Amino acid sequence: MQSETTDKTTMPAGSPAPAGRTLPEGQAMLSVRNLKKVYQTDGGPIEAVRNLTFDLRAGELACLVGPSGSGKTTLLKCISGLMAPTEGQVLLDGAVVSGPPKKMAVVFQEYGRSLFPWMRVRENVELPLKNQGVPKAERDKLVDEALEAVGLSHVPMSYPWQLSGGMQQRVAIARAVAYQPEVLLMDEPFAAVDAQTRADLEDLIRTVWKKLGVTVLFVTHDIDESVYLGQRVIILSSSPTVIQEDLVIDLPEERDQLNTRALPRFTELRHHVYEQIQLAKQGHRPAAAH
Amino acid sequence: MKPANILKALLYAVGLPAVLVLIWWAATLGAKNFFVPTPGTLLSTFAETWFGERIVSDVLPSLGRLVVGVVAAIVLGIVAGLLIGSVKWLRALTEPVLEFFRAVPPPVLVPVLMLLMGITDSMKVVVIISGCIWPVLLNTIEGVRAIDPVLSDSSHTYGITGAARVRYLVLPSAGPQIMAGVRQCLSIGLILMVISEMFASSSGLGFTIVQFQRSFAIPEMWSGIVILGLIGVAMSFIFQFTERRILRWYHGLREVENAV
Repeated sequence: MQSETTDKTTMPAGSPAPAGRTLPEGQAMLSVRNLKKVYQTDGGPIEAVRNLTFDLRAGELACLVGPSGSGKTTLLKCISGLMAPTEGQVLLDGAVVSGPPKKMAVVFQEYGRSLFPWMRVRENVELPLKNQGVPKAERDKLVDEALEAVGLSHVPMSYPWQLSGGMQQRVAIARAVAYQPEVLLMDEPFAAVDAQTRADLEDLIRTVWKKLGVTVLFVTHDIDESVYLGQRVIILSSSPTVIQEDLVIDLPEERDQLNTRALPRFTELRHHVYEQIQLAKQGHRPAAAH
Repeated sequence: MKPANILKALLYAVGLPAVLVLIWWAATLGAKNFFVPTPGTLLSTFAETWFGERIVSDVLPSLGRLVVGVVAAIVLGIVAGLLIGSVKWLRALTEPVLEFFRAVPPPVLVPVLMLLMGITDSMKVVVIISGCIWPVLLNTIEGVRAIDPVLSDSSHTYGITGAARVRYLVLPSAGPQIMAGVRQCLSIGLILMVISEMFASSSGLGFTIVQFQRSFAIPEMWSGIVILGLIGVAMSFIFQFTERRILRWYHGLREVENAV
């Protein structure tokens, strides 16, 4: 706490300094402000997230990594409005998030459980639009484009469970894309698919992100994936969670699986993130968060 | 299906009934038991007894009450089940009461309802509903409670709430459970249809069969039992046909899961 008075004079007294980067008011697409989440359980309160503050500017692709059990899913649920934070708030385009916002789409890890098994691929992608009252012609166009973008225009009449895991996750991505969100949240979306499919899907996300200009927050526990995908990697500490480090990924914009991963800079960044995660696991916390 | 396969399926379906009739025929060949008619007698009695005015005076009214009772029980059961399954405090409030009412055997309600409602069609329909609603209601509650949390979150983030949530998420998701309840409900319905007509009634299948028994019209009595069996088989076929259409996705999904 002593260090706070010296360099972080703008912070309100008593709250730990945020390590995440923030933007001036009005410039952020997504703002997380002093977010805290405490679960009330029979065994007493459990502090999952202690204090998180960071901003995402419009069109940014940021990855969030942290050791397992670092409250990544809790954070994502708070951001997506599925769960109310104990303290602090989430702002989407300046408006406080109090329930799932219309401008946001979420892709979950469990693809097999996030698609409707009683609907065909096309119906799954179409449903959120239909529910919003988008006219049929426009809906058809959006669905076609989304399925095309994820490379699934050949299976619109299949049921999700007739497809492989990777293809099911593509359907979930198509559904998110067709919804035209301003912010796309992804909760370890590729943790359950095989390595080759995973590489394809990573490139798919980069392509979709560039094409749509959507703001993406990608949660993962995979260090390589976070460095390969992101413009920025936010490293979380172990629980109770604070931000361990907010790292800029200064790799070239054009990335591909072979060359980008062979760059010396990629290795350096990967190395750095790995060290930070190891520190986090050992219980090391940033100076201001003790 | 190839013609040969259809023939095979048909042979399997009628094989055992044919054998049973054959045994029955052989067993009644020489014996003259007053209480057990031969297949031939039963067949001719069946046609005489039921293909006449009894269709209009007994069979159709019974079937009508059965259909009304079962449909009402299914609709009520699903609607109440959706409500109770979705609202936590409502579940806590109703669960003990539901357990109590479910435990009461519906036939004992017949005399009570007769006093309250008179010997009317609505009394018989209420008896059928009072027994048929439980499997549908309890299965719907369980089905609604068992909705996958990820799927639920997923719908929520896409703004699928309220009536759309019920239509696109809750009902289809609880579908397999609800259909299991409906299956039980159908057989209970048939039993209660007969029982509701056995007390102080003047028409209907249950009444007619009891009437035949009391007047020692034994082959006629047996033919009534046969007609009840046939109604049961018909209901089962209609159910299977409907279930396969509604739950096509579920059976496909199960097949894929089992193949892994």
